[in-house]
Amino acid sequence: MSAAPFAHYRCPPRHFDEAFEADGRPRAAWQALVAALDSGGGKALSRQADALRRMVELDGITYNVYADPQGADRPWSLDPIPLVLSADDWQTISLGIAQRAQLLDRILADLYGPQDLISEGLLPPALAFGHPGYLWPSQGISPVGGRWLHLYAADLARSEDGRWWVVHDRTQGPSGVGYAMQNRRLVARGQLDLFRSAHVAHLADFLRSLRDAISQIAPIAAGETPRIVLLTPGPWNETYFEHSLLARHLGFALVEGQDLTVRQDRVYMKTLQGLQPVHAILRRLDDDYCDPAELRADSALGIPGLLAAVRAGNVLVANGLGSGVLETTGIHGFLPGICERLLGETMRLPSVATWWCGEAPALAHVLEHLDELVIKPAFPGMSPEPVFGHRLDSAGRAALAKRLRATPHAFLAQEWVRLSQAPSLQADGRVAPRSVGLRVFALATPDGYRVMPGGLARVAPEADDDVVTMQRGGASKDIWVLSKAPVAREPLASAPITPPELLRAEAVIPSRIAENLFWLGRYAERCEAQVRLLRAAINRLSDGDADALSGLQSLAAVARAQGLLGKPDDEGEAPDQPSDADWLDAILDAQAVGSLHANARRLQRAGSQVRERLSADNWHALNRLPQVLEHAAPGIAGAAEALDHAMLLCVSFAGFAMDDMVRDAGWRFLLLGRRIERLAGLGGLISHYLQSDARQHADGLEWLLETTNSIVTYRSRYQRQPEMLPVLDLIVFDRDNPHALGFQLDVLARYLSRLGRDFGARFDNDPAPLLETLRRFDPTRYHNLALLGEVAPGNPQLDALAAFAARAQLTAWGLSDELSLRFFSHAEQALRSAEAA
Amino acid sequence: MSAATENGSGAVARYFVSHLTRYDYGRPVALGRHVLHLTPRALPWQRVISHELEATPEASERLTGIDAFGNPIETLAIALQHHDLDVHARSWVELGERPQTAESPSWESVRDRLVFRAGHRPDAGERDAARFLFESRHVRVKRELAEWAARSFAPGKSLLDSVRALNNRIHAEFAFDPEATHVATPVIDVLRKRRGVCQDFAHLMLSALRSLGLSARYMSGYLLTTPPPGSPRLVGADASHAWIAVWCPNSGWVEFDPTNGVQAGIGHITLGWGRDFGDVTPLRGVIVGGGEHTPSIEVSVVPEADYAALFGATRRA
Repeated sequence: MSAAPFAHYRCPPRHFDEAFEADGRPRAAWQALVAALDSGGGKALSRQADALRRMVELDGITYNVYADPQGADRPWSLDPIPLVLSADDWQTISLGIAQRAQLLDRILADLYGPQDLISEGLLPPALAFGHPGYLWPSQGISPVGGRWLHLYAADLARSEDGRWWVVHDRTQGPSGVGYAMQNRRLVARGQLDLFRSAHVAHLADFLRSLRDAISQIAPIAAGETPRIVLLTPGPWNETYFEHSLLARHLGFALVEGQDLTVRQDRVYMKTLQGLQPVHAILRRLDDDYCDPAELRADSALGIPGLLAAVRAGNVLVANGLGSGVLETTGIHGFLPGICERLLGETMRLPSVATWWCGEAPALAHVLEHLDELVIKPAFPGMSPEPVFGHRLDSAGRAALAKRLRATPHAFLAQEWVRLSQAPSLQADGRVAPRSVGLRVFALATPDGYRVMPGGLARVAPEADDDVVTMQRGGASKDIWVLSKAPVAREPLASAPITPPELLRAEAVIPSRIAENLFWLGRYAERCEAQVRLLRAAINRLSDGDADALSGLQSLAAVARAQGLLGKPDDEGEAPDQPSDADWLDAILDAQAVGSLHANARRLQRAGSQVRERLSADNWHALNRLPQVLEHAAPGIAGAAEALDHAMLLCVSFAGFAMDDMVRDAGWRFLLLGRRIERLAGLGGLISHYLQSDARQHADGLEWLLETTNSIVTYRSRYQRQPEMLPVLDLIVFDRDNPHALGFQLDVLARYLSRLGRDFGARFDNDPAPLLETLRRFDPTRYHNLALLGEVAPGNPQLDALAAFAARAQLTAWGLSDELSLRFFSHAEQALRSAEAA
Repeated sequence: MSAATENGSGAVARYFVSHLTRYDYGRPVALGRHVLHLTPRALPWQRVISHELEATPEASERLTGIDAFGNPIETLAIALQHHDLDVHARSWVELGERPQTAESPSWESVRDRLVFRAGHRPDAGERDAARFLFESRHVRVKRELAEWAARSFAPGKSLLDSVRALNNRIHAEFAFDPEATHVATPVIDVLRKRRGVCQDFAHLMLSALRSLGLSARYMSGYLLTTPPPGSPRLVGADASHAWIAVWCPNSGWVEFDPTNGVQAGIGHITLGWGRDFGDVTPLRGVIVGGGEHTPSIEVSVVPEADYAALFGATRRA
């Protein structure tokens, strides 16, 4: 609407404005950006925002919000206007953060070692031993390389006077590096010319340094290549998207606790190829969940014995187990003294003024100055939420004071910092000032801590809001750190792979991944087959003639056998013709166990477990499928339209699998799943057809060809009405028709023999004998079937064929069970823990 | 000469302790890992004459060590498929009397000594006490608990007299009732129900003491029981036991047993201590596979004189 994006921009009083001087001129670092935004106008900016939204959706960048009833995945919210920082600002921040990371690392080594800081009265014992994150089983551990803190993040704020302050430390498994890289890629693309001329510092090297730093100190035996994994709590974690992104960029296997096991104090990954040693774990799983044998007993996410392996020095865990103990702002007030003691330096970057109430004078100060303070629990995971003192009435103050006096060591107060304001694009296309906070990152290298030149800025959703967090619905920004000198052009894709890294492509497939790929294949085929069947049914619903109705009856019987429609009732009564509503439920009702929608969701879930192996387009197709069913227009017409759309998605997913994925052992499990599901489906369909009276109806062959997707082939081959002999030839015997029984058996036999070669597996449900039987069937013996009328019940050849199809279905189910037992069984079992006195 | 006889009044007792835990998993277990606190801890008044641990099936890996609180710890890993597991610990210990306690200062002075003061360098005793001063998995620090305990802690009263009064109160006011609680019952529920078992009473007393700002730790072990008059001692009729120790500046750790309303004596055999049950759980295991199961536990604490009558042979020294 408005041509000048900044026309209504006014920074509120008593706040620092990131972009503009007090007199309204843009700050030096912002001049180019503001000029570019002004000249492009509001329309250009809105267009960029739309483009960003589309890219975010296409890439599937999400941030899961636990409390969000709308479902797990929420699209990442990204502002097209970056936050620009001058070289001088950055100098202050990066020196301060590097020092602070080193300091925190040394504090961890002391707390889990000699505890001199406590003996010398520099740190209150309450802040360590009263912190639920202090892990006694880690006491006495000297970690690989002597390092506790490998990746560190700090949340920063800028106060009214323009100074930077540390608000929080993130020491366990800080999130945000991946999102920051992603933001850079997207935002820089939108402002490409400006980005290139502005000398913005690069982010890309940071991940490479992280990988190098961990590889260098991972404890390996002579001749071994370090195997590093990224440990995630799983797809339901709020930052799972980032876990899979980082794993891909770093070239680490993305694993869950159940993928790893400890034997003889060494960590191994469970793979299709057996147990493979793991030397380093970059973890995003919280400290106390990591080892149910010694830490939280009720954690099903951890690896029993991990701590013993760490203690033995056989694995590097980054960050060290127990590093979460420094996630308390209570320690901030003690850091300057500790910094003098441990590093012999003064703190370069201050923390927001903090009073830990466990000290009597501090408690007195806090009670006196409640108005200027924010009161918080001292330790993470404790109630209540931060309380702004100036918002309390007198009863509220009295209640708070009582709580503080009862357990003073569990509370602290922080000065209320009025956060600096940054220009932020609003939904109406205007730019308005919003509170902004920075998250910056540092990683340990052999030469000290290296700070990522950039990071993640977060803005508050509303004006006058002083809390910035993604959990509460704020947006994020890219941070542009300007260099004084020109920088080489940043590659916006990931850095090129060097020859030694090619070795990483060795295909070690975690068993759990193989299992999910297998089920991905099965559900993809199940959905596709169901769409065909349902389409055939829906087409006949609107058609009133007798042939169509008899076809519909057969389709209903098949749909019942597959669980797509409800089963007939217990009395064994011949089921009534299902109503239109029954068919709609079979398509759209996500709560009905066997419906298409329910299976589409299973498909999506299986896909999310192997997200990092799917291309963006591939994933997009999977993601769209349940959405299409969710948002179908009402009535039969709406459902028909949804089915058409669903079919396109199914087919494109099948195409991706053939054309888009590396054909390693994991891929073969995907294809095995697909072929097994199709074999079972076809076997059921054909045996049903041959055993029912459908074969006496003209429409019978018609729907059989439709549901097996063979109608086009049939027409092009025979150019006439369907007849039984050629139809059966096409969908049973034809080895070249991907929708024939013979084709499935052929392909399965080949994959299974490859599995036998690779893994020494043998199968009771071998398809080879069925193939042999198929060869012995002689289609010429069926010559008298050509005329429909002659096909009476009790025809021995047809009965034999029906039995064969039924056997094919049983073989498919048996094979699925055998594969599960042979390859997935250890991946499936849950951990149980028990205590006995 | 044993260490035990050098302390206290000179009384000495020898015990055999057998602690058998049987797991019947119902379904096959592919992998098991068990962390055990079943070895008695050597103390000035407690000598460990012998200790052996037997696992059936035999463990594929066995490790012994010392945990962060100084307790002996054993780890078993069983990597072959199994349906059941027996863990049998057998120990001989010799106990003397614990050291006499000195006159204790007022409870408030002890509390104040444990509050952090900038620049004050805590001594070894204070540092030790600081580990057992805060909330832990089974111990809560709450105003409600402090208020409940306050009746036994009159202003200016000596620490040990106050703790003894609290110990007696729990013994008098609470009923021993194994049906009332389970491992995860919160102490607040125990306080409201006024019933529970020794672990519950220990956790309650720890919660009350820590809520007052005092340092107290959880003691895990066994207690010699006397069979009812006229009945013989039975094998497997005992149980593991729990009590507490409170930190007193001039006496160190003083042990109270709220379940029995006594101070720990020559019948209290110590396995180890921690912030609560969770730090010194006698058997803690993680298995892969298996079904719902509850282990069966048989504990016998037998004085040396009764050993032959029960086990049909004299002890092999």
